[in-house]
Amino acid sequence: MTTAPPRRHPTRRHLLGAATGLGLALHLRPAAAVSAAPTLQAVERQWAAGQPVTEGRVLLDIAPLVENGNAVPIRVQVDSPMTAADHVVEIVVFNERNPQRDVARFSLTPASGLAQVQTRIRLATSQQLVALARMRDGSQWSHHVDVLVTLAACIEP
Amino acid sequence: MRRRALALLPLLLAASVASADDTRRSGLQFMGPALQALQRDDAQNPAMLWVQDGDQLWRAPTGPGGKRCADCHGDAPRSMAGVAARYPAWDAARGGALNLAGRINACRQQHQQAAPLPTEHADLLALSAYLGLQSRGQPVSPPADAGLVALRKQGQVLWQQRLGQINLACLHCHDQRAGQRLGGAVIPQGHATGYPTYRLEWQGLGSLQRRLRGCVVGVRAEPWAADAPEWLALEAWLAQRAAGMPVETPAVRP
Amino acid sequence: MADTPAPRVRTLIHGLDALRRGQPGELRVTLAHPMENGLRHDGFGNVVPRSIVTRFECRLDGQLVFAADLYTAIAANPYLAFWLRAEGPGTLSFEWTGDWGFAHRETRAIAPA
Repeated sequence: MTTAPPRRHPTRRHLLGAATGLGLALHLRPAAAVSAAPTLQAVERQWAAGQPVTEGRVLLDIAPLVENGNAVPIRVQVDSPMTAADHVVEIVVFNERNPQRDVARFSLTPASGLAQVQTRIRLATSQQLVALARMRDGSQWSHHVDVLVTLAACIEP
Repeated sequence: MRRRALALLPLLLAASVASADDTRRSGLQFMGPALQALQRDDAQNPAMLWVQDGDQLWRAPTGPGGKRCADCHGDAPRSMAGVAARYPAWDAARGGALNLAGRINACRQQHQQAAPLPTEHADLLALSAYLGLQSRGQPVSPPADAGLVALRKQGQVLWQQRLGQINLACLHCHDQRAGQRLGGAVIPQGHATGYPTYRLEWQGLGSLQRRLRGCVVGVRAEPWAADAPEWLALEAWLAQRAAGMPVETPAVRP
Repeated sequence: MADTPAPRVRTLIHGLDALRRGQPGELRVTLAHPMENGLRHDGFGNVVPRSIVTRFECRLDGQLVFAADLYTAIAANPYLAFWLRAEGPGTLSFEWTGDWGFAHRETRAIAPA
């Protein structure tokens, strides 16, 4: 997966325009001016909204070694009876090193019957993933997994 | 040892089923369990999107006369069983060889008066995948026509020929170093038993020619023109090299 | 320029026939969609604009059973497998929506055995 190129420096016209102003310092934008995405811990904290998160009850099933980061099968399973009184309300998956932290957010209902979802995701590089689950009673659970991603050796044009 | 065995294999296996000490391995076996499951499960295999299209195209009126493939060929699971496994094939009427896509295009032109489709056109890939599926599990069976012998030989020469700035031949990676790693990725033996293939790198379905072109560019060689005979020669050689191995179309590969 | 027909939207839906009354069954759906992440560039250096599916909803007789908010980290041709417990016959709808006004809906009648 390619990343955005560094911001281009101001054009020559822009520089000349700036230079004609009196006492204006030449201002070059730094190469990495794109705003950095929040950290994995930050988005976890934001999702948890001040309530505690306990590691457990959630299983994020993903191959520990991934051949190609373009389509990585994942399965998230939460230990829950999925009754009206006791069920998973939300499962979210966040990543550590993609351009964007969010992978997916799933909403479940008692009609789901089983708290399990599968999808295929993109991974830019080796990193940590987390699956978080929120229950109807407000309790919050997590599973953190480290994944090694090998990149294709011959990149096609 | 493996090098010699692979060189002798075409002679030993041209007309027979693979023997017990066959060292050939499909790319499927070089993938982890998750990706193997992706290929084996039709409910997960993204290539089935194209197969579903191919099923519809098979029965869709095509060309000015509105003729459908099914009008001549009937139900594909019955009439096309094992057909894809015999391609590339020799067309005596044309005095030349054809791969499956070439045969589909020839039919379109001759019997449906429809324009031939470019190699990576979604409809052509869909029909190729649909027909390939009707040979899934059957052994790759290159036909014995004399006309194909020279083409296969030409393909074998290309397979062994150093190409590009990186100056490598196909055999250097896929015969001599299969199982070793190139930049973290395991090098497969390169048996073309599952085309068209859903390649994760493409995030889509593509032809064998597209894959070969990727390798040629990968060694920094100028790829041959789209209609150059080299591609078909390589396809014919690869079919012989994989003779007896099961067809896997539509395969999934990294 | 002649009007070109809208490209057909392709989907695969599996698992409906295996549904049993009152028992959870797994549904597996695939949508053909490039999930263009907005970070790639064409040969001229221009960014290929983002175009992804952002939401999926499965409803049984109009009631939401399962939903997913999808982001750029979801692979092309998005695949979702989720579970459903249906108590009897009904109508299932699968709806995908996304960037640039993308919207596609499939409905299926189900009759769990």
